Amino acid sequence: MSIATTRTRIVRPLVVRRRGLLTRHPRITLAALLLGTLAGLAIFAPFITEYDPMTLAVTQRLRPPSAAHWFGTDAYGRDTFSRTIYGGRISMQIGVSVAAMSVLIGVVVGMLGGAIRWLDPIVMRISDGLMSIPAILLAIALMSLTKASVATVIIAITIPEVPRVIRLVRSLVLTIREQTYMQAAIASGTRLPRLMLRHILPNVLTPLIVQATYICASAVLLEAYLGFLGAGTPTEVPSWGNIIAENRTFVQLATWNVMFPGVFLALMVLGVNMLGDGVRDLLDPRLAGRIGK
Amino acid sequence: MTDSPVLQIEDLRTQFLTHGGIAKAVDGVSYHVNRGETLGVVGESGCGKSVTALSVMRLVPDPPGRIVSGRVLLHGQDLLELDEAAMRRVRGNRIGMIFQEPMTSLNPVLTVGRQIEEVVALHQNLPARQAAERAVEMLRLVQIPEPQRRAREYPHQLSGGMRQRVMIAMALSCNPEVLIADEPTTALDVTIQAQILELIREIQQRTGTAIVLITHDLGVIAETADRVVVMYAGKKVEEAPVTALFDAPLHPYTRGLMVSMPRLDSPLGPERGELPEIPGMVPSLSALPEGCRFAPRCPLAVQQCREEPPLIEYAPGHVAACWRAGE
Amino acid sequence: MLRIVLRRLGATIPVMLVVAVVVFLMLHLSAGDPAAIIAGDNATEEDIALLRKSLGLDRPLAEQFVQWIWQLAQGDLGVSIFNRVPVATMIAQRMEPTIALTVLTMTLAVSLAVPLGVLAAWRVGTWVDHTIMALAVAAFSCPVFLIGYALVQQFARTWKVLPVQGYTPLSEGLVPFLLHLALPAISLGLIYTALLARMTRSTMLEVLGEDYIRTARAKGLGVRQVLLQHGLRNAAVPIVTTIGLGIALLIGGVVVAESVFAIPGIGRLTVEALQQRDYPVIQGVILVSSLAYVLVNLLIDLSYLLLDPRIRY
Repeated sequence: MSIATTRTRIVRPLVVRRRGLLTRHPRITLAALLLGTLAGLAIFAPFITEYDPMTLAVTQRLRPPSAAHWFGTDAYGRDTFSRTIYGGRISMQIGVSVAAMSVLIGVVVGMLGGAIRWLDPIVMRISDGLMSIPAILLAIALMSLTKASVATVIIAITIPEVPRVIRLVRSLVLTIREQTYMQAAIASGTRLPRLMLRHILPNVLTPLIVQATYICASAVLLEAYLGFLGAGTPTEVPSWGNIIAENRTFVQLATWNVMFPGVFLALMVLGVNMLGDGVRDLLDPRLAGRIGK
Repeated sequence: MTDSPVLQIEDLRTQFLTHGGIAKAVDGVSYHVNRGETLGVVGESGCGKSVTALSVMRLVPDPPGRIVSGRVLLHGQDLLELDEAAMRRVRGNRIGMIFQEPMTSLNPVLTVGRQIEEVVALHQNLPARQAAERAVEMLRLVQIPEPQRRAREYPHQLSGGMRQRVMIAMALSCNPEVLIADEPTTALDVTIQAQILELIREIQQRTGTAIVLITHDLGVIAETADRVVVMYAGKKVEEAPVTALFDAPLHPYTRGLMVSMPRLDSPLGPERGELPEIPGMVPSLSALPEGCRFAPRCPLAVQQCREEPPLIEYAPGHVAACWRAGE
Repeated sequence: MLRIVLRRLGATIPVMLVVAVVVFLMLHLSAGDPAAIIAGDNATEEDIALLRKSLGLDRPLAEQFVQWIWQLAQGDLGVSIFNRVPVATMIAQRMEPTIALTVLTMTLAVSLAVPLGVLAAWRVGTWVDHTIMALAVAAFSCPVFLIGYALVQQFARTWKVLPVQGYTPLSEGLVPFLLHLALPAISLGLIYTALLARMTRSTMLEVLGEDYIRTARAKGLGVRQVLLQHGLRNAAVPIVTTIGLGIALLIGGVVVAESVFAIPGIGRLTVEALQQRDYPVIQGVILVSSLAYVLVNLLIDLSYLLLDPRIRY
């Protein structure tokens, strides 16, 4: 309800505006363009740049952006544009894997918790405990105990995200379970696994898709933070976090080495977040308050 | 009863932007109410009776709604031409309003006393202490026992009937010239309903407030109203003094409403024990039929009904918009 | 009231116990020999054996756990592997900058986000709303270090009005203290502001659609009274809840911000411990920050009693 009814004259005609697809879903369109561009750059990186992200060129150290090196070069003479677009591969890989894994684990555990009464309090206590540990600290602790690799980073970021999915799924399951059609299905003797697959899963799908995009965004960000703090992928991997971490000592001399990968990182996270918001509003506006970021 | 009208609505049109296009919720409605009089406005849900009331208060949510034309005269002053600050001095002060849902219409985190104090402090410039005294006095007026204690309670501590009394106290606390009651008893138990209607009537006799009583319940109208406006799909289809309406309803829709009303001495019903209903459904406000809007559901509809019927006065104060009303 | 507080305090024990079990099991169930990983690549077999003994890894798991919990209950967080100083002491020494940064950031964010969220909800669908929400999603997507380095470049290097990095304790004067914290608090606060503003807006939108808001307007109340007394007061509980839940996010951001701005707080301590594979310190930081999170959220739970008369525990 808008309270600003009388900025303009109160009595005036009502006009219907016709809107095209682009103006109707501006966020999704924009997000798709942004993510499409970033993904395209990452996937076709070998065809876009002639520079290898790993090749050192001692004579070309810390060059500012130029026609030859669009984003300049780093302290080892490596081309920052090349490293930045290759870095998108790591981020995409991690974002998608973490989202898929945490949703998968979260759905299974959350549905079991929502369906089996004695399991529920145990699952909830463990989720509460895990959620009270800041994700970054939990990931740092996990990384400090394992050998760094892309796979361990994925696991270290997934673990703190899982309880959020569990909580969401559980609350949805509890709500759905109380609905009349569920009561009817229970009363007519439908078996539990069937009940879960046929009746509950389709109903939690929409919020899960939205939650998955938010997890993807937060995973991309978290991976960069871990790399930045030295707890991420092995240092030789050109991930955005690593690029920024190894260039931070020269940030005053060569801002470009930090700013370009940083902006790419921000754009990817922005794209995924906008996609999540857009899909949420498109699929079900009532979800707005329910899903936490 | 023949004073000049306190509130007069002229050719009011309010529309909403919906996915299906423009919904003409109120489409050229006019009515008035005099001092000391109770005007009943009756119709099915969605007929525009509540939107008319919200338009009078200029509380139609915009977007998606908007008043597109018409006049709302309070003692001859067009409310639709006031600026927002002046309009705020009308709301709650010169026009009080009661809503249907006493459960949700009171703010849950403020004491009921505070919610009444707020209005009097605002419009009558009373200092806090006097405002508090006035709030207790109002609670006593609406016959709430132990008003001192109740004033310090929160809405959730009161019953539905009590809350509606609080709403009435709030709406009347500044002695408004008009009280708009939008389905004031619909959400209440039957016994409480009667008490609340009785209370409204008593207060009106004491203060002479003009009342616009909006309801879908002809029983409430019969008991309370002096004059009645029947609305259908955004239009006024009939208007008459209450006795004339019940004795000789002119519009087929009004007749339909009456026969579908349960009565002990069912004179109009075809058979005992069976309650007839009007066939068909209320048309969508964004896809209204040409001509008479009731025609698709009307048992008397003829070719001529494709054209819009004008409002014609058939007896003093008794108007109806139907080609076949005179027959 | 005291009984409610005690009961709620009791309810935090299982949560903290889960945290303790998690950090304990992480060390003991992690792939490979934790002692070998902690000792590093060029440690000898002897070093590893010694380390295993000092961490108590040579005894049965249950026994280790019971002893560890017993120590925790007495406030003993263990001893740093690297410099043999009690972890509790190390954390206590680094506490001040972190608390200062967190509190300042939170104050900044709340005082910015709530008005913005209310404004966006009030003007929903207009360009004001669209602008605020676009800025919020952008801020929410910006990594702390990007904003941090950009701000440093502008304010500290180009304009030279604020220090590049470092921390000055409050005891050395309020002005230098605030000057040093300004940039970290802003770069960290943006994300938190965005989160809160979004939440405030969506809660306010829901509240503004309620019947009692229509009643308040029908009473002739002005925009300010309707929005603040009737709207915001009813939106307070969800907003305050978000403030509490967002603290986990905030603590995470503090680690990064302290690293960007070289602030010698808990975050720096964690990164140092990470570089030295000093697991007991990391463990201690997790326990302390989880406790802080749980206690703040306990306070928030209790604040519901004041915010909403319908809530009774």
